[in-house]
This record gives sequence, structure tokens and C-alpha cells, in this order.
Amino acid sequence: MNFEFSDEQKFIQEQARAFLGDKCTAAQVREVLESDLTHHAGLWQQVIELGWPATAIPEEYGGLGLGYLELCVLAEEIGRSLLPAPVSSSIYLATEAIKLAGTEEQKRAWLPRLAAGEITGTVAFAELDASIHKGQVAVEVAGGKISGCKQPVADATLADFAVVAARDIAADNFSLYLLDLSAEGVTRSGVDSLDPSRPLGKLELKQAPVELLGGAGEGAVTIDRLLNGAAILLAFEQVGGAEAALNMAREYTTGRYAFGRPVASFQAIKHKLADMFVAIELARANAYYGAWALSTESPELPLAAATARVSATEAAWEATKENIQAHGGMGFTWEFDCHLYYRRAQHLALLLGGQRVWKNRLVEQLKPAASNSHTL
Amino acid sequence: MDFNDSKEQAEFRAEVRAWLELNANRRADEVQIMRGQEGGYERAKAWYKKVADAGYACLAWPKEYGGAGLSQIHQVIWSQEVADFDTADGYFVIGIGNCGPAVQAFAPEEVKRDLLPKMASAEHVWCQLFSEPAAGSDVAGLRTRAEFDGDKWLLNGQKIWTSGAQHSDYGVVLTRTDPGVSKYRGLTLFMIDLKQPGVEVKPIKQMDGGRHFNEVFFNDAVVPDAYRLGEVGGGWGGALHVLMNERMAISGVQPNGFAQFLHFCQHTEVDGERVIDDPVVADRLASWYARDAGLRNANWRMLTAIAGGGVPGAEASLGKLVGAVMNQEIANFSVDYYNEAGAIMDDTVNVLEGHFQRSVLFSPGIRLAGGTDEIMRNIIAEQVLGLPQEPRVDKGIPFNEIPTGS
Repeated sequence: MNFEFSDEQKFIQEQARAFLGDKCTAAQVREVLESDLTHHAGLWQQVIELGWPATAIPEEYGGLGLGYLELCVLAEEIGRSLLPAPVSSSIYLATEAIKLAGTEEQKRAWLPRLAAGEITGTVAFAELDASIHKGQVAVEVAGGKISGCKQPVADATLADFAVVAARDIAADNFSLYLLDLSAEGVTRSGVDSLDPSRPLGKLELKQAPVELLGGAGEGAVTIDRLLNGAAILLAFEQVGGAEAALNMAREYTTGRYAFGRPVASFQAIKHKLADMFVAIELARANAYYGAWALSTESPELPLAAATARVSATEAAWEATKENIQAHGGMGFTWEFDCHLYYRRAQHLALLLGGQRVWKNRLVEQLKPAASNSHTL
Repeated sequence: MDFNDSKEQAEFRAEVRAWLELNANRRADEVQIMRGQEGGYERAKAWYKKVADAGYACLAWPKEYGGAGLSQIHQVIWSQEVADFDTADGYFVIGIGNCGPAVQAFAPEEVKRDLLPKMASAEHVWCQLFSEPAAGSDVAGLRTRAEFDGDKWLLNGQKIWTSGAQHSDYGVVLTRTDPGVSKYRGLTLFMIDLKQPGVEVKPIKQMDGGRHFNEVFFNDAVVPDAYRLGEVGGGWGGALHVLMNERMAISGVQPNGFAQFLHFCQHTEVDGERVIDDPVVADRLASWYARDAGLRNANWRMLTAIAGGGVPGAEASLGKLVGAVMNQEIANFSVDYYNEAGAIMDDTVNVLEGHFQRSVLFSPGIRLAGGTDEIMRNIIAEQVLGLPQEPRVDKGIPFNEIPTGS
């Protein structure tokens, strides 16, 4: 029994933490947050050179052939440093979608370029009034052409291609499609969002050419597995961000004096920070279990993913909101960095569906076959 | 990262399972239900004698102290396997879990060889005597005096909230040996033979009607100097050792109510609908599942650290805090779900034989025993997060000059 990352994985994590701690400070996050930039191009280039997009891509497709555990430790550091780059959209989602559902030809066409950082991808699942989690999408495909509106789409104005969830009218089924975002019939634009350091956008599609990704009608199955994997990777980002927020609260309240003593010596503050720690430790433990389930493709993956997700969203909320309170009025200013963590926590919590969706996914896994009940 | 046994661990697990199948009964209940405990102590002693005779008691303790000389991981495998069987060793958790490590750390060698094997086999039952009427969360404010008298120590004073003292043969007791120095420096830790005229045990009736805790009175109770655990005046360090092991010991076994709640949700119908299909329930069930899983997975992390030679840190306080709070919330939510019928206490009427009703009344105590929620948060804040202590008015003052309010 060994419920810990290996020394090699920890080394990868330490290297990532050192690199991001040095290069990706709040100043870099703000460069994107306070501008119309799609991402921090300089940092993203360095991330590509470090091979992060290639981490979980098999060697035969130009990747490093490492696994999900390596990606998990990187995700934690990415979350801690609030990296303003298309990590979740391209690495956790678009790349994984092709790995999961792509034909051999599609994998050969896309994965080497994703691994090399020549292109980035995203997924276009959500629509304003339709829940991807029930397969209720209005965007339609007919005769190889797609039409409709997808929003929000993470990194919509940056990505080179999107994996789009749509309904085939003729076949009356729900599938995934590869869409070249530079193709005719695609209009894309940014939308204002809670966390502009990870921008969201909109795709307006009018008869744009698409290519089926995976089997026809297999959209729901692929999305289900894709969301489970991404939920675990995002949970590591959430845990990393939550821990950074707790550290920020700890440093500030230890250094600041009120009533002649450090603010952190008051029990009201200590207990607040203890509660943040508790939420983070539970979330971290569940994220680790998720990492194990993902790396072994365990049958427990759906339950482990939902658990990691519910826990991490709760921890990130607890830590980032209370970090603002621990800073008092300064925590509410634009100048202080508390809101960067708070915004990112919101972004990550909503990206694959909120707590309502994930709590229901969790409970679905706990439902027994309908028998063996007794009446009250 | 893997949950597989090594070859040697798998063999040990199979051996344990085979022994349990022959010597114990599988649990009849799908979940463990809180019931009245008549006759439980005698059954527990008989069971534990069997365990000890087979060589499975205190697997991680050295052989000369009555253990099996194996590792903490063997102990974990034992606990995992025995959980499927209808057995009881709760009466011995405090002795073996809290007192044992302190005796091993601080007692003279010949005393260890004399007393520990009988503790390990539960022939002798032990309890822990720290809290006093005027020293709860501020346990270092205790007043029980130990005075050296020629060749022995004489104890006078009163302890309270002593779990299992009515069954105990020995105890680990924290006393004040010097009231003239600051409070943490005037304490000394001892072992004491409780079956002597100078010791009187009086059970306390709890708010739920049970009698788990006791008052223990010392009236010139005698303790040989060989039973001293550590230096005179060094009792606080020893006490912290015991308390940390206590939280470790109970974090694995203390109820958090989730298994029973899940069973209730899965197998009960109210108004023709399964409880688990109610959206109001789903929200809570998901949150509590995540918390329960978090505790379980945090425990895996702690065990991995221990297996690697690490020492459990103050993180054990987390399990105690989360589990105890959740236990009470679950009991209240479940009783509430029964509507009017929730107020009935009748094993033959209630689902799960009144488990939740009993738990509503017992759960407040779990939040207090072993340190209150507030003390757990202080420990996390100070020992894990390194936050500064609250300024204290008793700091550096001789114990007998500290204001007492009385």
C-alpha cells in the first residue's frame, strides 16, 4: 500500500513549483487579467518548452508518455500560481478528447502538434440554456456542417480547434465533432467573465465544416469519461489555489497587528484558518484518490472524480472567500491579490458544471438497484 | 500510488481472514448500529483473550512487551479484516492506544516487561486520568497533588471524564508535583494501580442515560517511584505524547455516522420514495460522502507516512474535529427526516433500531471527548499552521498564584 506520489513525481512537482514561483507571480496573472490578452504568451511558450502539454500524450504521438499522476502534480502547481494559460481547455480537455475518442488518423493528425505546442484546442460543450450533462444541446450538425451558438467556451479566441458537442438532426443522435476554428462559418468573440485571466468566449457557427470525433452517437459516453478525468485534474488546480489562499491569509494575519498583537493570535482568526486547512486537507486526500482512480482507470473513477470535484470546489470556495475576510478591507481592493484566487476559484468551480451537477453525479453512483428497501 | 498488498502483506491478510472465519462471527448487520451495551465488557474481554492467545494482539508492539513484533501496516490489515466481524475491543482502545505508547516511551524496562504484556492481552484494562473539574481544555491547570513520601508518591485530588475507569486495573495519571513553578513545569506523569483503597471510582450518568465516564478520587493513593513516567516536572511532554496518540487511536474508530446514513438513504422508503432519490437528501449525502471519503483518504496518507517511518503529526486532530461534528449533523438530519416519528425511541419501531435517536443524544459528547472542537482548531492553527498563541495571563506565573475565579 502506498498512497503517495513517487519521488520522481514529487521532483516534477518541485521543479514546477520553483519555475512558476519564480516566473508566474501575480504580476504575470494581472497582465492577462487587466488586458484583452488571451493568455500569457511568454509563460505558455516556456510551459511548452518544459513539455507540459506533452506530459500525458503517448510517445508514439509525439508526447512524453508519462501519465495522469504527473499531470496531477503539475495541475496543483498551476493552480497555486494561477497560471494564465490554456491549460484546462487544451491539456485536460481537448487533448484528452482526442486521446479518448479519436481515430488513429485523428490522433496522428492532432496529438503531435498539441504535444509540441504548435496548436491549442478547447471544448465547446456548454450552451446558455442547455446542460451538457443531460445531453440537451441545441447546436446541430447536418450534412457535415455545424450551426448554432456555443458559450461559454474557454479560450475560444485563442484555440486553433474545438471539440464540439452537437446533435445530428438526420441521425437524431448526440456526438462530438472536431471543428477548425479558422474555418469559414465560425465567428468567435470574447465574453466578459468572472476570471479574465482564464478568458471565456463565444462561438457562432453558421454551416461550418466539422469532422466526427469518435463514434456517431457516442458523445454522451465520451463526455462522461472526459469530464471525470478533467474533474480530477481541476481538483488539483483547485487544491493548489486554495492552499495559496490559505498561505496568503496566514502571512498577512501573522504580520499585521491589532490591539497590540498579531491578528493571527486571535482565536476567531485561528479557527477560521484551521477550517480552511481542514477543507483543503480533505479535498487533497480526495484528489489523491481521484488521481489513483484516473491513473489506473479504476471502475471507481466516476465516484472518485465526483468526490474529488465536490470536495475541491468546497475547499477552494472556503479558502478563497475567507482569505478576503482575513485581509479586512484591503482584501476587497483591486490592488491586493485576494480576488485573483477568488475569481479563479469561481472559474474552476463552474468550468465543468457546478456543485449541483457534481453532487448529483456523486449520488447517482451511490444508488443501489431498486430493491432491498424497507418502508418507514 | 497503489493500494495493493505486497506478497507478504497479502499472505498475512489471508492468514488473518482464515483465523477470523474460524474464531469470530461475521457481522449480521449491514452497518454497525449503536445499541445498549449490557454484557459487552465481559464479551470483549473473552474475545480479546482469544486474540492475544493467537498472537494477534498489539501486532506492532515488540514481542517482549506482549506484541507480535510486526509493523503498523500489519495492524492496519488486522483492523481492516476484523471490521467485517462481530467483535468488540472498544474497552481497550484507550489503554492500548494511549497509555501503551507512553509506558513504552517513559517507563523503566522491568516495569514495561511486567505490565505491558498484560495490557496487550487486555488481562489488565487501563484508563487515562488527565481532566479535572477545574482543568478541562486547560488541562495543564490540574490540581491533583503528588507528593514524595520517603520511597513512594502519595496522590490526592480528583479526576473526571475518565472513560472506562470502572473497568480499569491501571491508569496513566497526570499530577501536580510543584505548585510553586509555572503550571506546565510543575507536572509529573505516573502509572497507578487503581485497585487500591486510596482510589474511588464513581460513574457519571450522561445526558443520554449511559455511564461511560467516571469521577476518580485519590485519597493518599500510593504510587511507587518506579511507576513514574519521565522526569519529575516533565509530565507535560509526556501528556502531549499521550494526547496525540489518543487522537490517532480514536480518529480511526470514532463514529462519524456516515455508514449508517448511507444505509438509511439507500434502503429506506418514505412516502413511497427511496430516501436517496430526494433532492434535499442528495445535497447533504454528497457533502457528507465527500467528507467521509476525505477522512478515509487522509487516513491512507497518514498510514503511508507512518509506513515510511514518519511520525503522525497534529493532523490527527483534523479527523477528530470533522468526524465528531459530522456525526451530530447526520444524527439530527436523519431524525428530522422521520418527522413526528423521529421523536419515538423504540428499537422495534425505528429504522436501524433507533441508531439515529441514540446518536442524537450521544453525539454531543464525542465533540467534547479527547478535546473540544475549539481545542482541535487551536492545535491545527498553532501546531500545523504555526500561528502565534493567544497571549495568556497565566504565563510565567507560579501555578499557585494564577487567578482561579474561586
